[in-house]
Amino acid sequence: MTQTLSAPPRTATRKPIVRRRDGISYAVYLVPSGVLFVGIILVPFLMNIGFSLTTWDGIGKPRWIGLQNYTKLFSDGDFWASFEHNIALVIAMAIIPAAIGLVLAAALFDVIGKRFGPRTASILRACIYLPQVLPFAVAGIVWAWMLAPDNGALNETLKKIGLGSLREDWLGDPKIALYTVMGVMIWVQIGFPLIVFMAGLQRVDPSLYEAAEIDGASWWRRFWYITIPQIRPELYVVLLICTVAAIKTFDKIYILTKGGPGGATRVPAYLSWQNFFEKTQVGYGAAIATVLTLITVVLTVVFLRRQDRLERADA
Amino acid sequence: MSSVTVRRRTPGAYALLVSLIVLALVMLLPFVIIAVNAFKTPAEYSAHGPLSLPKGLYLQGLKDFWQRVDFGGKLVNSVIISGSVAVLAVILSVLNAYALGIGRIRGRVSIMVVLLLANTMPQEVLVYPLYFVSKKVGLYDTRISVIIIFTAIQSAFGTYLLSSVLSSFPREILEAARMDGAGRLRILWRIVVPISRPTLGVLFVLFFIWTWNEFFLPLIFLISNENQTVPVALGVLQGQRLMDATMTSSSALLGIIPAIVFFLIFQRTLTRGITVGSAN
Repeated sequence: MTQTLSAPPRTATRKPIVRRRDGISYAVYLVPSGVLFVGIILVPFLMNIGFSLTTWDGIGKPRWIGLQNYTKLFSDGDFWASFEHNIALVIAMAIIPAAIGLVLAAALFDVIGKRFGPRTASILRACIYLPQVLPFAVAGIVWAWMLAPDNGALNETLKKIGLGSLREDWLGDPKIALYTVMGVMIWVQIGFPLIVFMAGLQRVDPSLYEAAEIDGASWWRRFWYITIPQIRPELYVVLLICTVAAIKTFDKIYILTKGGPGGATRVPAYLSWQNFFEKTQVGYGAAIATVLTLITVVLTVVFLRRQDRLERADA
Repeated sequence: MSSVTVRRRTPGAYALLVSLIVLALVMLLPFVIIAVNAFKTPAEYSAHGPLSLPKGLYLQGLKDFWQRVDFGGKLVNSVIISGSVAVLAVILSVLNAYALGIGRIRGRVSIMVVLLLANTMPQEVLVYPLYFVSKKVGLYDTRISVIIIFTAIQSAFGTYLLSSVLSSFPREILEAARMDGAGRLRILWRIVVPISRPTLGVLFVLFFIWTWNEFFLPLIFLISNENQTVPVALGVLQGQRLMDATMTSSSALLGIIPAIVFFLIFQRTLTRGITVGSAN
């Protein structure tokens, strides 16, 4: 009796101690990364916010100006124009590739994979995915040269097949440069949604499709009512990752157009870089970078919330 | 009966196959055009344009380009930087994921959210402070600075991914090891790491390729010629618009070859990683 009475308190006092020790010794494994995270990500992030509240050329002493950079930003036509170009890139890097990727994934998985063998499907998938593994510096060189006005491959081809009147200065004409960039972005990007969706389709229960086929559902109906709802989690992940990537775009613009001609393809990340390193208006560049970060953080949080709700609805 | 009719190769299915093959060819077209033009002499190019087939294998363009930009040196830099980042970031990801996924320490959900946010942040928001500080401490324009920065960035993602993988690690195995008197470090090194090796392999390959393809931070941090990586060297050359058409092709071809090699390795590792994962 005394034993059973004294037993619970003993375990009660012992358990927390063991747990706390557990906590401490496991936390040790986080120390190296923790130090690195604080030094490379957290402190620079806070410093950047600090810089954005000053006017500074990067050499002398920064002068505190409060929120002036941000108020200037909201009335800066260059910034808003670059922001519109960013939306064009979201369409070209997230929305169109996700839509095409969805149809391609369903076609490769459902038709090609089943009727011509999985090998055929995986070879086709590899070809479409290839631009994704290439450093864009390399792909960009190729495209800039193919799209060159004088002897670029595209204009030469148009001339050869008798469509010479369609020749353009693809990346140099302010009216069409942004559309050209969008086209190149679609080429770069469609492989990514494709492989994610095809992986997602692997876990869809085949009996769903079989039941729909027996009921006489057309390919299109099966695509719309089974494929899309079943891989919705992948669809959200792809849209988030691609949208964030589109908003952060720098290298593609730097290599293809340098933001030109006349700012026709300039995006916020490029504008921020220009302010940091070309115009040495560090405070203004930092403000642009901060706003850009805010947008990506809000998008990510909205996405996480939504995903959380979906998971809870499933459970 | 129904499955037999479904799998029949109807004319519609053939039409789809043909259109997908056409699409695949369009995707590959830029690669083909480079390969064709990298082996032409400049004279041949100006006479017949970009679309004719080369008369012979002219390798001088490739050699000239290689020497002019010291391509070997750039390759070495890229390998050193990407390799170091991949090794270090995998090690850090494992340590973190051990504490978060298996140790389940308090606040792990908030830590994961912070890591995910850090990973989605644009690098522009870090670049100027890092540039400023690295100049102050004498690390500017060194490969080490880039290695440290990318180790931090990649391991943030690796921790996020690996923690969720390790949180479903079979508890019985850990219990059994603990019963045998194995310490925490021993369990990590002797049990967790060997069992999750396929996933670690995938992470290593991803980190390597991502770091290899990075452009923005290396462009800013590696300004001197002898420190530059392959993408930065090619990007800067392209920006100067000093290359003729055949040299452009040569540069692109040399830039593509490592990427194709990674691609093949990547295909293998990824397939292996997935099959081992599904076998568990």
